[in-house]
Amino acid sequence: MFEFCSDPNILSTFDWFSCYLTNGKHIQFYKSFGLIILLLVLTAPLALILGLTAAVAIKSNFFLLRFISKTYANIVRGIPDIIFFLFIPITIDQLIEFTRHKVKCPEMIDSVWQGNDFIVCSAAKLPLSSSPQWIHDMYGFSLAILSFTIVYGAFAANTFHGAMNSVPCSQIDTGKAFGMNKKQIYFSIIFPQMWRYALPGLSNLWMLLIKSTPLLFLLGIQDIVYWARELGGSKTSIFQYPHPDWRVWYFLSLLVFYLLLTKISEIALNRVSKKFYLPI
Amino acid sequence: MICENTIQLYSLRSIGIGEKLLPKSDITLCDQFVLIGSGIIWNIYFCIIALSLGFIFAISTAIIRNNKYPFISKAIEIYVFVFRGSPLFIQFFCAYELFVLLPKVGIDINLIFTTVTFQTGWLTKAWLGALLVLFLNTTAYSSEIFYGALKSIPKQDIDAANAFGLSNWRKYRKIIVPTMLRNSWASYTNEAIFLFHATTLVFFSSFPAWSQSGDALYYASYFADKTFNPFIPYPIIAAYFISITLLIILIFKIINVYFNKHLPRERKSSIRFLSNYIR
Amino acid sequence: MKKILLSALLLGFIYSPVNADTVRMGTEGAYPPYNFINDNGEIDGFERDLGDELCDRAGLDCEWVQNDWDSIIPNLVSGNYDTIIAGMSITDERDEVIDFTQDYLPPDPSAYITTGDGNKAAYIGIVAAQTSTIQASHVAESGAILVEFATPDETISALRNGEVEAVMADKAFLAPIVNESNGDFKFIGKDVFIGGGVGMGIRESDSDLKDTFNAAIDSMKEDGSLNDLIKKWFGEDASVY
Repeated sequence: MFEFCSDPNILSTFDWFSCYLTNGKHIQFYKSFGLIILLLVLTAPLALILGLTAAVAIKSNFFLLRFISKTYANIVRGIPDIIFFLFIPITIDQLIEFTRHKVKCPEMIDSVWQGNDFIVCSAAKLPLSSSPQWIHDMYGFSLAILSFTIVYGAFAANTFHGAMNSVPCSQIDTGKAFGMNKKQIYFSIIFPQMWRYALPGLSNLWMLLIKSTPLLFLLGIQDIVYWARELGGSKTSIFQYPHPDWRVWYFLSLLVFYLLLTKISEIALNRVSKKFYLPI
Repeated sequence: MICENTIQLYSLRSIGIGEKLLPKSDITLCDQFVLIGSGIIWNIYFCIIALSLGFIFAISTAIIRNNKYPFISKAIEIYVFVFRGSPLFIQFFCAYELFVLLPKVGIDINLIFTTVTFQTGWLTKAWLGALLVLFLNTTAYSSEIFYGALKSIPKQDIDAANAFGLSNWRKYRKIIVPTMLRNSWASYTNEAIFLFHATTLVFFSSFPAWSQSGDALYYASYFADKTFNPFIPYPIIAAYFISITLLIILIFKIINVYFNKHLPRERKSSIRFLSNYIR
Repeated sequence: MKKILLSALLLGFIYSPVNADTVRMGTEGAYPPYNFINDNGEIDGFERDLGDELCDRAGLDCEWVQNDWDSIIPNLVSGNYDTIIAGMSITDERDEVIDFTQDYLPPDPSAYITTGDGNKAAYIGIVAAQTSTIQASHVAESGAILVEFATPDETISALRNGEVEAVMADKAFLAPIVNESNGDFKFIGKDVFIGGGVGMGIRESDSDLKDTFNAAIDSMKEDGSLNDLIKKWFGEDASVY
C-alpha cells in the first residue's frame, strides 16, 4: 500500500508492520468483518418476520398448521444449532437444483443421485458454472443467511408466542366486546402491545445471534475465523512477510471485536428498553 | 442381538477402547448409530463435569459479586463480561492458542498419600483444556443468572432472617440460596441445555482429535464426508441430542418440584366415579 | 421500485457470460509450495502456475476457488467447482469416489520431522498429520498415535510447542520449514512413498474434461515445460519426468 513496501526485508520494525498490516491479505481480513455485520443486519429482520409468522401460526385453528409451527419452534431447543448449519445449506442447495433439473431438463429421466455424485443438467445448476466468482460467493452467503434465519426464527417464534400470551386477557376481551374480528384484534391490540413483553427475549436473541456468527467459518465462507487462522500461521520465506506463529494475537483481536460489538449492542438495547419504561 | 459385532468393536471407540481403525468403506447403519453414540460419551462427560463444577462456582461468584467486596467483585464482573460477551467458539480458539504457548513443565501436587504431577501439556488436550473453557463459560453465564435472582430476593426475607439472629452460614443455606435457585431455575435449565449443545463445538475448533477419538459431531461429519450423504448421520445425531435434552429437562423439572415443595400447590381434584349416586 | 429490484435479482441469477467454457479450479491455499495464498490475497504456488498453463493450452477459461481441505472432495462432488488441483495424491480410496487425470508430479516422498533434540524414533510415538490425508491414514495404520489437525500449519506449530513428537507430511512441504528453522527441526526415519503421484481430481461424470486436461498435461510433459515448472518451485534436485 505504501511506496516503501516494495522490499519488506530492509524495513524497520514499525515500517514492516505498517506494510504487513495493510497488505492484500489483511485487507481481505478487514473486509470479512463487514461480512459479519452484513450477516447480522440481514438475518435479524428476516428471523423476526419468520418468528412472527410462526408465532401467529401456533395460535391458528388448523391442527396441521399448529402442529408444524409448534414443532418448528421447539426443535431448536433439542438440536444444537451447529448441526442445522451443517445440514441446511446442503439440503436447500440440492432441493433447488433438483427442482430446476425437473423443470429445465424434463427429458433427462435418470435419477439425480448417481452413486456418489449429485448430477443435474448444467442448465439447472445454481449458480451456473459460468457465473463469475462473486455470484458463487453471494449464493453461498445467502444459504448461510437462510440457515441462520431458520434457526433464529424458531427462537424468535418462542419469544413472540410468550409475548402474545402476556398481553393481558382483558385487552382481548374488550376487543371481542367491541365486535372486532380476529384479524382486527391481532393488528390493533395484540401486535402493538406485544413488543413491550417481547423486548427482553429479542435482545437476548440478538446477543445469541452475535455469538453464533463465527460458525460461518464451518459453512466454508472465508470469514474472520478463516482469515485469522490463515494469517496467524507461521510463514516461511516463500511469502513476502515471513513470521512465526502469531495466531494468539489474531484470535485475541477477534475476541476484542466481539466484546466491543456486545458492549455497543448492550448500550443500544438498554436505551431502547428505557424508552419502553421497562426494567433493564 | 442387532449390531452385536459393531457394538463390540466401536461402542467405546471415542474413549480409545475398541477397534483402532474407523470404518472406511461399506459403512452400515449400525456403524453410524454405534460410533456416533460412542461419541456422545464425550458430550455427556463435558456437560456433567462443567455443569456441576460451574454450579458451585457460579453460586459463590454470584454471592461475592452481590456483597460488593472491594477488588474481587469488580474482577468477577469483568470476568463475567468477557466470557458472556464473546462467542464460545472464539474462546476455544483463544484458549487453545494460549495453552499451546505455555512452557511444558510438570507441577507436583502433594496429595498426602501420593504426589501427582500435573503436566501443563495436558491443557492442550480436549479432555482438560476444552473442559476448562466450558467450565469458565458456564460459570459466567450461571453467575449472571444467579446474581440477577439474588438481587430479586425480597428484602423482608433477609430482614426476618437477621431478626431471628441466624448466623451468616445458616442465613445463606436456609433462606437466600434456596430462594435464589428457585427463582432462577427456568433460566438455569435453559443454560444447561445450551451448555450441552455447545459441547459439540469442541472438536470443530482447534482442539485436535487424538487417535481419531472425538465427540458425536466429529463422527457424524466423518460419516457425512466418507459417504457423501449427510441425510443419515445428521438426523442420527439430532435424535441422540433430542433424547438427551428431554432427559435433562426432565431431571431439572424434578429438581424444580423439590424446590417448590413448601409452596401451596393446586390440588388436583381426584376423579370421583359416579359421584351423583355413590357417596 | 419492486420490479426493478426483482429484475436485478433475476438478472443476477440467470446472467451468463458469452464464454461458457469456464472451468472452476478448486484448491486448498494452505500448502506451500504446491498452493498457498500470497501476501496480495491471491492463490499462488506451483499449482496456480500449472493450472493457468493447462487452461491456456486447453483453451478454457479458468476461475480459481479456495476451499478447505476437509470438504474439498464433497464440494467437488456437489458441483461447487469442477476440478481439484491441490496437491492431492492419487489413491485407490479416492479413485472410488472421483476420477483423476494422469499425475503431474511424480510421487513425492512423505517424511517425518521432529524437533532438533527430539528422539530419532519419534515417528512411532505421537505423530501429527492433517485430517483426511494419505499421511494421516498411514500414521493411523502404522500403530503410532495420530493427532489430526485441520491445516498443515497447525501440525507444525503443535510440533514446535511440544504437543506432538513428530509430523508427517509431503517432503516438499517440510523441506523449506526444516531449512529455515535454524536447527529447530530435523528429518527422521525413512521417507515413505504413499499414493501414485499428484493428479487433478475430476468428477466421475466429467470424462470429457478429464480427457482435455490429460491432453494438456501430455503436451506439457512432451515439451519439458512441466519439468521447468517443477524445478522452479521444488528446487533443482526435485524428481522430474
